Parts: sequence; structure tokens; C-alpha cells
Amino acid sequence: MRRAEFVTAIILGLLSVYLMWKAGEGPEWDTEYVHWANTGINIDGSGPGKGFFPFYLALGMLISCIWIVVNAIRRQSPPSQSDEPFMDGYAKKMLLMVGGGLIGFLILIDLISMYAAIAVFMLYYMLILGRHPAMLSVVTSLVVPFWLYLFFDIVMTKVQPKGLRWIEDTIYTPAGNFFRDQSFIGIVMFFVVSGAILTFVARSARRQGGA
Amino acid sequence: MDIIPALMDGLWIAVQPHNLALAVIGVVVGLFVGALPGLGSVNGVAILLPFTFVINEATSDPAAPMIFLAAIYYGAMYGGAISSITLGIPGASTAVATTFDGRPMALKGQADRALVTAAIASFIGGTVATLFFTGFAPLLSSVALDFGNPEIFALMLLAFATFIGLGGDDIPKTMFSIFFGLLLATVGFDTISGEPRLIFLNEREQAAVLGMVGADPEAVPFFDSVAWFSRGIQFLVLAIGVYGIGEMLWTINASRYKVTMTETTISAKRIWAGIVGMKDAWKGTTIGSLLGFFVGILPAAGATPGSLMSYGVAKMTSRNPRSYGEGNPDGVAAPEAANNSASTGAMLPMMTLGIPGSPTTAVLLAGMVIWGLEPGPRLFEDRPEFVWPLIGSFYVSNLVAVLVNLAFIPLFLAVLRMPFTILAPVIFVLSIVGTYAAYDNMNDVWLMVLFGFGAYFLRVLDYPLAPAVLAVVLGTTAEEKMRQSLLLSDGDFAIFWNPFFDRDGKGQDWWIAPITTWIAVILIALPIVLWAVRKMRGGSSVEA
Repeated sequence: MRRAEFVTAIILGLLSVYLMWKAGEGPEWDTEYVHWANTGINIDGSGPGKGFFPFYLALGMLISCIWIVVNAIRRQSPPSQSDEPFMDGYAKKMLLMVGGGLIGFLILIDLISMYAAIAVFMLYYMLILGRHPAMLSVVTSLVVPFWLYLFFDIVMTKVQPKGLRWIEDTIYTPAGNFFRDQSFIGIVMFFVVSGAILTFVARSARRQGGA
Repeated sequence: MDIIPALMDGLWIAVQPHNLALAVIGVVVGLFVGALPGLGSVNGVAILLPFTFVINEATSDPAAPMIFLAAIYYGAMYGGAISSITLGIPGASTAVATTFDGRPMALKGQADRALVTAAIASFIGGTVATLFFTGFAPLLSSVALDFGNPEIFALMLLAFATFIGLGGDDIPKTMFSIFFGLLLATVGFDTISGEPRLIFLNEREQAAVLGMVGADPEAVPFFDSVAWFSRGIQFLVLAIGVYGIGEMLWTINASRYKVTMTETTISAKRIWAGIVGMKDAWKGTTIGSLLGFFVGILPAAGATPGSLMSYGVAKMTSRNPRSYGEGNPDGVAAPEAANNSASTGAMLPMMTLGIPGSPTTAVLLAGMVIWGLEPGPRLFEDRPEFVWPLIGSFYVSNLVAVLVNLAFIPLFLAVLRMPFTILAPVIFVLSIVGTYAAYDNMNDVWLMVLFGFGAYFLRVLDYPLAPAVLAVVLGTTAEEKMRQSLLLSDGDFAIFWNPFFDRDGKGQDWWIAPITTWIAVILIALPIVLWAVRKMRGGSSVEA
């Protein structure tokens, strides 16, 4: 934990220096601009420049980072007093499995659509990380994105990404036409019926001690 | 302004079917969110804020989205006690103090009594605070109408200083968090000069993003047609990243998916017995209701310190302080009354001054800005059709929350049995879908997840993140007010600290900004002075 405290503060300190430099930059198209010119407090009588606030905030970040390092050297912060590892085996595995799953989820959105990516992510999480029964995992992974699809795309017309063009054309366009033709009661029925199926499967799984 | 007729009108609008339905749904959602370990009001409000765009579009009522979010806030305050008592794990940090006596009561077979005490104390705390709010808010907003740019900037400075002086977290890390949040708010286009800053694009990319004549359209950067940072960093992206992704990762790591629940039986007879038993908890309820409200008003304080302080004061003033920690009903009532009272108190500076008193109210403030409202003193003057129904909804939501809470405790207990490995992916999915729904932009979704990972690492190292969230919300206004003040003073900072600074050429004295600034300076210096005093006395500054 102590080493992580140092490393993090140093990385954040370097980031602060970089941001101070960036704050002093002018517009790229202004070839006559002199670096730092916009960090002044009263430029041509029109008050502080656009770089003033970010520059001094980044300076404040840098000073804070130096203070954190000093505290760590003097062992005054709890992480710098701790002998525990920054991330134990469980934390590393968790971050790899959950974080990796999230990154995979985001990558899949552009390929197979938001709702299909949700289904894959839910299935991965419940089946592999949660070790829930296959039936419960599959049904939950289908019902949750289905609800979200009905809510966002159909009821609220807040359209989510549909992935590659052929997926949109072969699945979402006909599905959208079908559901938009339904009455409000019909949509509610889709919610209720899918919810009832999920509840039934969850109760069965619980009876068998799997969830 | 006549408060009573305005409040009556507001109450009437708040009980209209659509607003009442939103309050009930919000309370139920809030109770679930609050009851689930690792999730609190701020998580619920942040994750569900994108859904209110839909409410805003669907209803013509300007108060409707806020009524929904405020109901979640209240519900979560009630819900936190459920897991504190039955699981021994606080549903949220605001319910930490409830575990001290709530859990021992549950272990002694009095979980039902503890739950009822928590619900009734929450109701009393929330109602007392709403009465205070109704009285104080119009008064404070009318005083604040005279505030100029230096006063508003000084108040924001005070908000940040309170985090440093009273926040209780590591000071340099708190400072880093504030500076970082403020810096994130500067990304994008400068509101005064209109020039881009910190957008991390080269000349070709800047020209392409800005659509300049002769620009190369192929130069638009990575991913999509809109550059990553040229639109600035949206507040929700940070808030959902921190409270949706980061907090969940942290909770998964801390809880390791394992919780043990105390079984509880609830019936009408037991609820009634619990209500009668409130006579043993009146003192804690009173202390929590009063102290919670005033602590809640303080910018860095909010419900968590409010509930802890109320618990401490209740114990300190008790005739039998040793019974605290052993299952004393007063020890449940004091923090529960306080966290509800403080949540209303935190709304006061948010609504009247535009300065949030807690991370949750920071999210609410951002929501108000997104819906086209301008929180601050003019809100009461210009938008009474928003303000009074919202205040009315505080009363209604409190009543709904206590009734729903008492009626459906068994249902909430059933939800608490839901495995975390089902809940966690649902929260992740809602965070991602909600962020996309809010901005229609995958770059924001990536950025949100990135913030989530960053927040997780910083949280492990004890960096407080609430100041950063508050700073992002206030950043743009703080910079604007500071620059406009300095424009007025020709770059002289004395406008903030010197009451005799002649800002308008009329020789008038201005006291509010200097007094506020000096209080802020004292608050910032306070920890350093205390450290120096400890050193002089020969004590170690290293805390065990």
C-alpha cells in the first residue's frame, strides 16, 4: 500500500505538471501566441486569461501531490502506514474479471448492439463470476436487455446503439416495427409476462438452492 | 412572499396523480437503493438522473423530475437502516451510526423494533427539517438576492474550505480532489473567451472539430464525429463513473459478495409495539432532528457526519451512556432522525444559494441545470411553480416513505437476499445505458468507465471523491464568478477579502464576501494550526 501511495502521488504530480503546461497553451491556429501568455491575472485590462484558472488549479494539484509524498515519507497517512498490499490476489482477480468484462462489454456495443452486449455481459457475469444456474443466467440475460429495449427504444424512443448495419437491418428494424405497432397495454403485457417468467425461473432456482 | 398559501399550492400540486406516482416510485426505488449494501442516495440519484430526461419530456410539470429524485433521496435515507440492522452492514455511509445500536438490537431478537424505531425517527427528522426548510429557505434566498459575483465566489470558496477544515479526510488528498474536480470543469471551451482549452487536440484536429474553413474533415479524432473533450467533461459522466462503476468495484472488493442476514418477522402487532416503544427513543429523535438539519446545511457535512454527531451527542447527554452500543433505541433513533433531517438541510444551500451541501445535492443541482433551471436566490422569485411543489413533495415523500417502509419491510428483506452477483451487473448495465441515453455518445460511456476505474484506485488509497464531484458541479460557476469579480477589480484579489475595497466607485463597504472569505481562510488554516498546537505540546501528529 505504501509503494502504491508513492507511485500514485508521483503519477498524479506528473499529470499536474503536464496540465500546467497544457493550460499555458494558446489556440493551435494562433501562430504568434507566446506560451503562458494566457495564464496572467489581468490581460489587457480584461481580467484573467483562459489559462489562469486551469494553470493554478494544476499547480494546486502538484502542491497537494508533493504534500501527499511528504506525508507518505513521514508515514502520516493510513495507506503509508499499512503493510497490506495495494491489491491482494482477490482484488487483482476481481479487477481482471469484472473490469475485463466491462471493457469487453463496451467493445461489443459497437459490434453487436447495446442490448446484445448487455445479454452477453449479464450471462458472463452470472454464469462465470456468480456461478448461478444456467437457466436462471440465460433467462435473466434475456429479460433485462428486453426490458431496457422496451423502455428506451420503444416507450421513450431513446435509441441505443444497434451495432453493425446488418444486425440493425435483420433484427432491430423488424423488431422495432413490431413493437411500435403494439398498444401501450400490449407493451405493459410484454413487461409483465417476461417478468413473470423471470420470477418463475428465479424461484425454481432458489428452491433448488442455486440462487 | 406569503409562505402558507404558497406551500398549500405546492402541496396541492405535489399530490396531483403524476407527481404522487413519481414520489411513490422514487421512494420505493430509494428504499431499495438505500437498503442494498454499498449503494446510497448518491448512487441512486446519479445512476437514475438520465431517466429524468424522459420524465421531463413526458410531463409538462417542471417540478416532476426533481420530485422523483428528491423522493429517491428520502427513500434511500430510510432504506439505509434496513441493511444496517438486519445485515450489520450499513446500506450507505449515512447509516453507519445506525449499526452501532441497530445491529445489537437485531442480535437480541429486536430487529423489528429497531426497524420501526428507525422508520418513525426518520419520519420525524424529515418532517421537522422540512418545516425548518419551509421557514428558512425563502428568508435566505431573499437575503441572497443582493449577492454579487464576489459574494457567490466567496461562498463557493467556503464550501471547498469546509471540506478541508471539517471534512475529516486526509487534507492533501482532499485538496487534490477539489483541485482535480475544478480542473475537470475547465475542460472544453472557455465560457468567456470562447477559446478551446485542455481539449488535447492538435492544430488539424482543432480546426476539424471547430469546422473551420479549409479544415481537413478526416482529421476529426479517434472514435466518433465529436471529439472526446471538446464538449467538456459532462458532470454525469464523472458522477456515474464514480458512484456507479467505481463504488461497485470497491464494494465487490470489500464485501467479496458475502453477507449474513438476521431473520426478522414483521407484523402489524409488532409494528404497533414498535410505535409505542418510541417513547424510549424521543430524546435521540429530538437531538437527531435538530442537529441533523443544521449539520446538513454545512457544505462538507451532509447526512453522514450529521448522523454520527447526533449519535455522539445523544450518547454524551444520556443518563446511561454505557447502554449505547448494546442496543439502545435512542442510539437508532438519533442517527436515523439526523440523516433524514440532514438530507433536507443539505437542500437549503443548494436551492437558495446554488451551492450543494452534499454529493447527492450536487447531483440534484446538476440535474436542475440540465433541465434548464438556475439554482440560486432567484429560483424562489422566478420559478415558484417549481420551488413550492418541490417543497410540498418533501412532506408528501416523507409520509409516503414511512408508510411504504413499514408496510413493505418483508419485501425489502427479500430483496436484500438477492445475490450481489446479480445486482452488480445490473448496476453496471444501468450505468452504461444511462450514460449513453443522456448524451447519445459512446465516447462519454468510455470516459465514464475510465473515471470509474480511476475512482476505484483512488478510493482504495483513501482519496475522498465527494469533493471532486462537488467541484465539477461548481467549477464553471466558480471560475466565471471569480473572473468577473477580478474584471471588476482590475485583477485585485482584495475584492474578496477587503470590506473597504471600493468595487463600484461609490465608496460603499461590502462585508459579506470578505467575512465569508476569512471564514474560509480560517477553515483552511484550522487543521494546520491544530497540527502546530499538537506539535508545540509535544504530541505526535501520527494518528493510530
